[in-house]
Amino acid sequence: MRAWLPLLLRLCLLALLVAFLSNPLWFEPLLRPLTQNGAPAVYNQGSLLSLALLHLRTVAIATAAAIVVAVALAILVTRPIGAEFLPLSRSLVNIGQTFPPVAVLALAVPAVGFGEKPTLIALFLYGLLPIFENTLTGLTTTPPSIVEAARGAGMTGWQRLTKVELPLCLPVMLAGIRLSVVISLATATIGSTVAAKTLGEVIIAGLQSNNLAFVLQGGLIVAALAVLIYDALSALERMAARRMGQVA
Amino acid sequence: MHRGARQGSRGRIAVVSIRFDKLGVVIALIACYGAFSAPFAIFRANRIVAGEPRSIIEALPQPLGAVLLAVLVAAGLIALFRTPLVARLGAAAVTLASLALLIGVAGSHLTPEGNTFARISPASGFWLLIFAFTLLLADVLTRLQLSPVGRVVVLGIGAAAIWLLLASGQWDSLSILKEYANRADSFWNEARRHVELALGSLFAATLVGLPLGILCHRVQALRDGVLNVLNIIQTIPSIALFGILIAPLGWVAANVPGASVLGIRGIGAAPAFVALFLYSLLPVVANTVVGLAGVPRAANDAARGMGMTGWQRLSGVEFPLAFPVILTGIRIVLVQNIGLATIAALIGGGGFGVFVFQGVGQTAMDLVLLGAVPTVALAFAAAIILDAVVETVATRKSTEVAAA
Repeated sequence: MRAWLPLLLRLCLLALLVAFLSNPLWFEPLLRPLTQNGAPAVYNQGSLLSLALLHLRTVAIATAAAIVVAVALAILVTRPIGAEFLPLSRSLVNIGQTFPPVAVLALAVPAVGFGEKPTLIALFLYGLLPIFENTLTGLTTTPPSIVEAARGAGMTGWQRLTKVELPLCLPVMLAGIRLSVVISLATATIGSTVAAKTLGEVIIAGLQSNNLAFVLQGGLIVAALAVLIYDALSALERMAARRMGQVA
Repeated sequence: MHRGARQGSRGRIAVVSIRFDKLGVVIALIACYGAFSAPFAIFRANRIVAGEPRSIIEALPQPLGAVLLAVLVAAGLIALFRTPLVARLGAAAVTLASLALLIGVAGSHLTPEGNTFARISPASGFWLLIFAFTLLLADVLTRLQLSPVGRVVVLGIGAAAIWLLLASGQWDSLSILKEYANRADSFWNEARRHVELALGSLFAATLVGLPLGILCHRVQALRDGVLNVLNIIQTIPSIALFGILIAPLGWVAANVPGASVLGIRGIGAAPAFVALFLYSLLPVVANTVVGLAGVPRAANDAARGMGMTGWQRLSGVEFPLAFPVILTGIRIVLVQNIGLATIAALIGGGGFGVFVFQGVGQTAMDLVLLGAVPTVALAFAAAIILDAVVETVATRKSTEVAAA
């Protein structure tokens, strides 16, 4: 009985989220007590569903770009040709993590203007770090004996990378991607301070008009999305780890 | 094990390429573009109009422009070829110092006599050059493998140099300092507020998180529940959490006698403080649990065998052994809080975010920088110092264990 309880809870959350996004007015009586002076209880300056989709699209584009660049960089610095960059890239990752997302966002505005672009840049830069760090950990902790065995089997460098090293570090890499996605989902809301179309718009509208119902619905939608995506990626990660366990 | 593998592969490289330094090629390319193609400074007739770019030669009085170009070319060559670490360190330090000094000279040189509206700001070329030679400096410092104390000393030297430049008035003609001059009082108020928010919430989170972590370690049933709740709090976007807390705190302020005297209000610093506190709990509690779980069973059994009580074991054995891991959690929290405290400005909580969001609203980038630069500097310094502390504590612990 205990085994299917978490799954059931998640399905309920998903159903609730879909219901809220497609028919927010159903929930109006619940949110009504949070408003004052007859202010609207459900966000009315645009469709919540389309904002949620734009939010997810922004995060997806930024994360996809971050995955490509971070994995490529991690592969480069672990090959003999890029080994010289390995120590420096580690310190750069450490330094990069101290940059607050708001600062990155605000500093990107003069370079590319308002809207979605500065948000994409901030999410991309911020998403790079966890993915790079985890891929690097995965690639540098692959047991040397396995790589040697692959070499002994006559595999070329490219074959060793794609058939042995990358599959082995896939679970760790996925953990980095998961971390990066969850951070990006929350950070994307800040993008609305520079006029990006994300769910942050709902929260900021609530802060400006002192409407707690807006703040709460914006925040809860993002949190529900984050929890569901986090769980889905964790499941994917366990699957990858299990597959690796069977192969090895 | 990492280190061995790293040095091994680097040794192999040294044989293959004798002359060019690979990172040096990247640095030289960036520096070349920054020095010759990108503008060094931007001149604007007032603080919000579009700017006109100025190259190094245009921005600096002769012969200083030529001197700077010569320094840049020399440093670029030192970076490009395989040169001793001392030479690279010197090249990076000299170049960064001259760039820092000369951008101030460019400021006073470009400002027309008696004009108080004109704004001079560093342009993309300047930032690229700073980036390139900071990269060189970071590479040298990484290769030197400085001790924790050494790293803090380097940080101190850098901070002292910047403080000297600020105090000497060398940079006063730059637009970011003109923004500062207009807001000197509020700047220090917001700075104090920012530090209070970041450190205060960290302190409160440590005070609550440590006992909670110990409790979670002892009571298995509690652990998953507490960590799950804290995990979910982390997924709530910061601006929403700050906003959501306005309502309960407003209620407390209105209905609990004495609360408003303590400064608890619906908007302002109180919800920001509580939000930062809630975000800080997860790293503190999780690291306490992980640290305590990592205490070797043998150490615990030995303490038990010596007749230590539960409390004695905790304070004398378990806690000291778990301390480096707990400290790592505190480091994560501090750096994260310094960044997140900028969001407090959105709900009237103050901090450096005030300048960032005002600047974004007025499209005045220098104002954004006035908020962003100190935030990044604070977070950076906090990370270096706490990393050094963590490393010192961890190595002392491991040598103690080895000796015992």
